[in-house]
Amino acid sequence: MSTLAQEFSKGIFKENPTFRLLLGMCPTLGVTTLAFYGFGMGVSTLFVLLCSNIVISVLRNAIPAKVRIPAYILIIATFVTIVDMVLKAFVPDLHGALGIFIPLIVVNCIILGRAEAFARKNNVGRSIIDALGMGMGFTISLTVLGIIRELFGSGSIFGVNILGTSFQPMGLLSSPPGAFITLGILLGLCNFAFKRLGIE
Amino acid sequence: MERKLVVSSSPHIKSPENIQSIMVDVLIALFPVALMAVFLFGFRALITMVIAMVAAMATEAIILRKGSFFGDGSAAVTGLLLAMTLPPAPPWWVVAIGAVVAIAIGKHIYGGLGNNIFNPALVGRAILFVSWGTHLSGSVWLKPVPFGFTADAVSQASPLVTHDASLGDLFIGTVSGSLGETSALALIIGAIWLFYRGHIDWRIPGGYIGIVFIFGLFAGGFSMGLYHVLAGGVLLGALFMATDMVTSPVTANGKLIFGLGCGVITMLIRLFGTMPEGVTFAILLMNGLTPLIDNMTLPKKFGEVKKSA
Repeated sequence: MSTLAQEFSKGIFKENPTFRLLLGMCPTLGVTTLAFYGFGMGVSTLFVLLCSNIVISVLRNAIPAKVRIPAYILIIATFVTIVDMVLKAFVPDLHGALGIFIPLIVVNCIILGRAEAFARKNNVGRSIIDALGMGMGFTISLTVLGIIRELFGSGSIFGVNILGTSFQPMGLLSSPPGAFITLGILLGLCNFAFKRLGIE
Repeated sequence: MERKLVVSSSPHIKSPENIQSIMVDVLIALFPVALMAVFLFGFRALITMVIAMVAAMATEAIILRKGSFFGDGSAAVTGLLLAMTLPPAPPWWVVAIGAVVAIAIGKHIYGGLGNNIFNPALVGRAILFVSWGTHLSGSVWLKPVPFGFTADAVSQASPLVTHDASLGDLFIGTVSGSLGETSALALIIGAIWLFYRGHIDWRIPGGYIGIVFIFGLFAGGFSMGLYHVLAGGVLLGALFMATDMVTSPVTANGKLIFGLGCGVITMLIRLFGTMPEGVTFAILLMNGLTPLIDNMTLPKKFGEVKKSA
């Protein structure tokens, strides 16, 4: 059994959902045009992941194995609905920008993956640590992607102009192909870095 | 005692040809095209070409960290081909970024020369086109002024938009357009050199130009067919871009299919699409299909019998 610190850090480095496991690619590519959108998406997912991991871990002995997937989806959908309503009430701009990707958190494979692979086999404490690590890893990845795409695609970071007014934005990075190219280059760099560090 | 029988492993036939000699041949073939570009558009064309070539070669030298600056010459060819697809005088940083992207993302990310899926020069152009479209289309085309080396620039719409250039002008090249695409004459002279040296096969340009002509024929008669072949980048694309050895099929039938596919996509974009020109994206799309085409057109082995199902 690994320690809690390892359980937490694996989500950020060794099993980073975006750069190592390639899970949750749909929001990763879809919403990271601006750093704030990436961050918002990451935090929403983190919240849903944390809540669903707790509930599923608590109920892990009560849910019959044969119907566990529908039960998980039901639990996850409950928290996604909460996130959807909260965002709509307090940050309508972000809610409008993320659009369909908020309801789609229900079928995000990170959340279902953690429920299936971790929460149903581990106690509540470990499940919380796992959810925090994975959620942070996802949030950091999306924010990094968003920062790169916003910096070159709009000349700013979190809406603060960085590159000055004479900068001519690189339209490619704001467009969907730019998301694939940026993600591909980051994946390559991550693999290179992990190889150098001896983590496989 | 001298050995009578020398046993060695293949290859037994050696050719003096190597990558560098082929790339130098391509540069020679592009020389008339480059000369014509400078003749028509002045020294600003030369500056664009030099920036693209130097940026491409510098990127290659930095990534490979070995050999001379010229290396095997492929970076110089990529840089020059990229410049040929650009308007006469885009901002210098657009040219430089295009060249760096062409070499770094178009070629070395895939593992260098021979492993790239897409034609590097066209990758550079496509990325510039979607990123800074205002510098690559619209009012950037200059009216050519023969011998007007320092003349002021007058912008003029592309013949693919106006459809009013004469066939003679299109053949000589005295129309507006990208550096390397206006003069059919210079392109054909360059291509004859490549044919003579055996670096390109008739099937790709033949299929490409043939199908473009046939589409034009149905769209507006014989002269429209010729117009579509001569105007825009079809000749540059068919003779110099689609024939890139790395990114086009190796089988004979595959080459023909590749050329036909490029032509069909080009004409679909031109006639029914929102952009006036589609050579770049046509060739890039077919580059992506190259491995599939190669697999499906494997020649039958001698004596091979069709397996019963």
